[in-house]
Amino acid sequence: MASSRLSLLLAILRRPWFWAFAASTIAFFATLTLSEGRGGGELLSAALTFASFSAIVGIGQMFVITLGPGNVDLSIPATMTLAGTLSLKFMDGQTALILPGLGNALAVGIAAGAFNYLLIRLLRIPPIIATLSASFLYQSLAIWWNRGLRIKPPEALADFATGSTGGIPNLTIIGILIAVVSWVLLERSIFGRWVSAFGQNTRAARLSGVPVEAVRAATYISSAVLASLTGYLLASFSGGAALNMGTEYLLISIAVVVIGGSSIAGGNSNVPGIWGGALLMFLVVSMLNSYGFGAGVRLIMTGAIIIAIVAAASGKGRSV
Amino acid sequence: MQLATGAGGPESDVPLVALSGACVHFGAVRALDGVSLTISPGECVGLIGHNGAGKSTAVNVINGGLTPTSGSVQYTLADGTVGTGAAFARACGIRSVFQELSLCPNLTVMENLRVPHRDLTGFGWRKTAAGRISRALDEIFPDHRIEPGMTVGDLTLAERQMVEIAAGFAEGATPARLVILDEPTSSLDAAIARQLLQHVRRFCANGGAVIFISHMLGEVFEVATRIDVMKDGKIIASKPASDFTPQSLINAMGHVAKEKAEAGSAVESGQRIGGEVLRTTEGLTARKGEIVGLAGLAGHGQAEALARFFMSRSGGLRQVKEPEVAFVAGDRGRDGVMPLWSILRNLTLTHLPSLVRHGLVVSAAERKLGADWKERIGIRTDNLENLILSLSGGNQQKVLFARALASTAPIVVMDDPMRGVDVGTKQEAYEMIRWEAGRGRTFLWYSTETDEVCQCDRVFVFRNGRISAELTGSDINEENILAASFEMQGDGA
Amino acid sequence: MSSRYRILLPVLSLAVLLAAVFYLQPRAMSYFGLNLLFNLAIPIALATIAQMMVIMVNDIDLSIGTFVSFVACVTATFLNEAPLLGAAILLASILAYAAIGALIHLRQLPAIVVTLGMSFVWGGLAVLLLPSPGGTSPAWIRAVMTVKPPLVPMAVVACLLIAGLTHLLIMRSATGTLLRAVGGNAQAVARSGWSVTGLKAGAYALAGFFGVLSGICLVGLTTSADANIALRYTLLSIAGVILGGGEFTGGRVSPVGAVIGALTLALAGSFLSFMRLSPDWQIGAQGAILILVLAVRLLFSRHGKKWRVANNG
Repeated sequence: MASSRLSLLLAILRRPWFWAFAASTIAFFATLTLSEGRGGGELLSAALTFASFSAIVGIGQMFVITLGPGNVDLSIPATMTLAGTLSLKFMDGQTALILPGLGNALAVGIAAGAFNYLLIRLLRIPPIIATLSASFLYQSLAIWWNRGLRIKPPEALADFATGSTGGIPNLTIIGILIAVVSWVLLERSIFGRWVSAFGQNTRAARLSGVPVEAVRAATYISSAVLASLTGYLLASFSGGAALNMGTEYLLISIAVVVIGGSSIAGGNSNVPGIWGGALLMFLVVSMLNSYGFGAGVRLIMTGAIIIAIVAAASGKGRSV
Repeated sequence: MQLATGAGGPESDVPLVALSGACVHFGAVRALDGVSLTISPGECVGLIGHNGAGKSTAVNVINGGLTPTSGSVQYTLADGTVGTGAAFARACGIRSVFQELSLCPNLTVMENLRVPHRDLTGFGWRKTAAGRISRALDEIFPDHRIEPGMTVGDLTLAERQMVEIAAGFAEGATPARLVILDEPTSSLDAAIARQLLQHVRRFCANGGAVIFISHMLGEVFEVATRIDVMKDGKIIASKPASDFTPQSLINAMGHVAKEKAEAGSAVESGQRIGGEVLRTTEGLTARKGEIVGLAGLAGHGQAEALARFFMSRSGGLRQVKEPEVAFVAGDRGRDGVMPLWSILRNLTLTHLPSLVRHGLVVSAAERKLGADWKERIGIRTDNLENLILSLSGGNQQKVLFARALASTAPIVVMDDPMRGVDVGTKQEAYEMIRWEAGRGRTFLWYSTETDEVCQCDRVFVFRNGRISAELTGSDINEENILAASFEMQGDGA
Repeated sequence: MSSRYRILLPVLSLAVLLAAVFYLQPRAMSYFGLNLLFNLAIPIALATIAQMMVIMVNDIDLSIGTFVSFVACVTATFLNEAPLLGAAILLASILAYAAIGALIHLRQLPAIVVTLGMSFVWGGLAVLLLPSPGGTSPAWIRAVMTVKPPLVPMAVVACLLIAGLTHLLIMRSATGTLLRAVGGNAQAVARSGWSVTGLKAGAYALAGFFGVLSGICLVGLTTSADANIALRYTLLSIAGVILGGGEFTGGRVSPVGAVIGALTLALAGSFLSFMRLSPDWQIGAQGAILILVLAVRLLFSRHGKKWRVANNG
């Protein structure tokens, strides 16, 4: 009995998201010491806003990564861009079309997710290659559709995306809601069980009656839908869709999943960690910015921190 | 405890390996608890014991893979030098053939030899490797059809095991002097297993030594000069094989095998079997409440037939809640166990859709199901929340049985489910299968062991991917099954 | 499944694409035409080989593109101005690759993330070296890259050389076999007393070595460098390995296939410009070609493994 209590304590200490939040806090205060404590509210608000984008795509990526080795969605940036451009062009700045525009974006997500899945299923292509090739297609589609125009989002939508409720940015509220729903889905629902079973041993899952293909389809579609929602929100937030708006989210979506402590080997997901990782990614960059580092040093430090955190977190998780 | 073979000369008096008081602790677990043994040239030691008795740990200590927490391991080289450690074990010519396959499926047969044989370097190494492995294969399994250039991933399970065994005996920079065979026949059919046993006898007669671990007591008696019985990390008996009888051996292992209830099952089978519930394209049929066995030489299409049938009757969303078939895996690591999960989650996986409200798992119902089956099937754990991997192999297998039986599926498919399971667990499983069949479940049971197949109501014998015979009632016996497995082998049907 | 069979499709797809290019642009069927078509394929082929070394041990390298960019920057600056120092930097970067491989194995880290982090590091170093495009290729590299051998253009000779040498190294040599064994069954390798950490570090060092070659060749061709010069190599190299018949897990790779895969991808770009496709669709068409080739590959291997339901990736 004593040993089980000890192992419980160890398990809590080993929670990988602990490291992500701890490092975020350090980065936050390190930035504040430079400004002698001023601007803490603004920094927090900015961090929460920008982290919500990373968190939402990260949750989608986490679903996919939980499916096990080789499962990763490289089409997230292209899907974001496609959904952003298509929905903004569709709304054309009209307030009345905000919700249909959202529907439009989500439809893009469903279509992209379904296409990704069909490539994987029908052509038996490794998911990395399938989503990579599909992303080329989405990108071309977005370029072709957009024709270099930059359309502004409806004003009400832009206000919503940049505004806040009760001091909390609206985007953060959305991001947290999505996180809570995903957490319930993964931890309590049968779908979550199936995703985890799929990730641990697909063959055994299939032989145990898990509808593996339905699980895989649902997972890739949810990833794409979350990416398209992010594209819609990001385009509204930044006053229009840009063709390269998703680019940085490819690496970030993978980084937050792993920094957050989900196992890249599959079967093990961690929703709170996604938010920890997303906050960290933003706070580290803003810390280095405020210390006046150039782009080169900033990149090096970002990379070093990713590696250091993964080394600290994963190493602890596995060296039993 | 040596056998004077005369072949070894003076060196046969010096033990190859001597363990004295070897202990291995993994945390609080004493996997090995003070084992002392010696193995001398010419000896074939049968090492038996239940799952979790410490055999694998003992093997890993002997081959230098594990350093004992306390106690010592000593190797004596051919030239008389004495030493310890993994490098010395290799220099001493100690080779291991493990239960779980340890070949690289992406490499060819000869390339696989490169991994254990460190001297294979430089120009022309491939030729040397090909020569070594083909000579060993030719010697041990005279009519094998394995080319050194074949990719291992393309071979059948039995062929892979043959390659592994051959690699263990193959000549190398240091000749094999002690070969450890851990369940070497688990995937081999009777004829090939016999070839192996003959080779083991030849090898020992020429001054080699073998440690033979098997759950098939018949095989152990056939080759072993001495039998060491392990229990709870200790050797509890060590006598010449001739001093044991099968019954005394089982008694020594501490498991009293239950008397078979043959007569009872024969009577009841008449009443419980109902109408036909399945018929596959290859001609497999089964009726309600029937236990149908699939027999024949290993790798002749039984597993594939089962898999095809299972796949055709499952996987759709409609079959999630009302499964038509459930599966009991034999290859636990590949087909059964979810390694990150608790015992409970592993147990409830198949039946889970019935424990759901609004898409969410009702955890009280799940725990109740787990507790019921823990009781019914006797899973030895104090807490179902423990990780599945904390259980011994036999208990993991029970969980997989419970996973399938807990579902409402009227048909249960079993793919050699008793592989590497100890005698006691087997008896319990047989009883449970009979009881479930009595309640109207149909079982499709593929087994590589004839005495298991003989428990069935009807047996289909497979040969070359097709059914070569259908046996019922008193026709089900070893002679008929063997006859159907080999029948017409020569006349090229 | 067997390796002989595996190589067939990459060869075929390259042949089809080459035939299409010759049909559209018969002038390409000449010494200079071929050189033009395949010139930029040399660094891509080398980067693909580098990626293959990592995939061979069941990892994936998301940093190869930025690494090649970094090497290009070093080549165009230090290697040109202070050859000894430049060579030392490149050597150190190969050692860094080996260290990353060792770290990944020792701490059981996910390669995808560590190399992702390293891509930031290499990218940052490259930006520090060359904040804006510039530098000059050392003359000797330029000379090597523009050599005009008789009969067959340099690009083709180089690709044949790369394919042949790496085939000997990986598929035939005892060491290469051991490296592939790590991908196939690392546990068995460790049990036979090999240091898997050392072998993995070796595979990564080879990746670093071929990455360095790729960067040097790239500068030889372009004569100058910038920090973003080879970013797309990361995805190209992964696609090249897969097009060449490699698999992400299990140590199933083919160096010859990888070179052919890289050539196919390089050729796809030329093919599309010959097709006079709207630039909007250039990227998309590259994706479509990738999907097409993989679809054909499926048809090829259909009968090979029917009952292998649960291949995870």
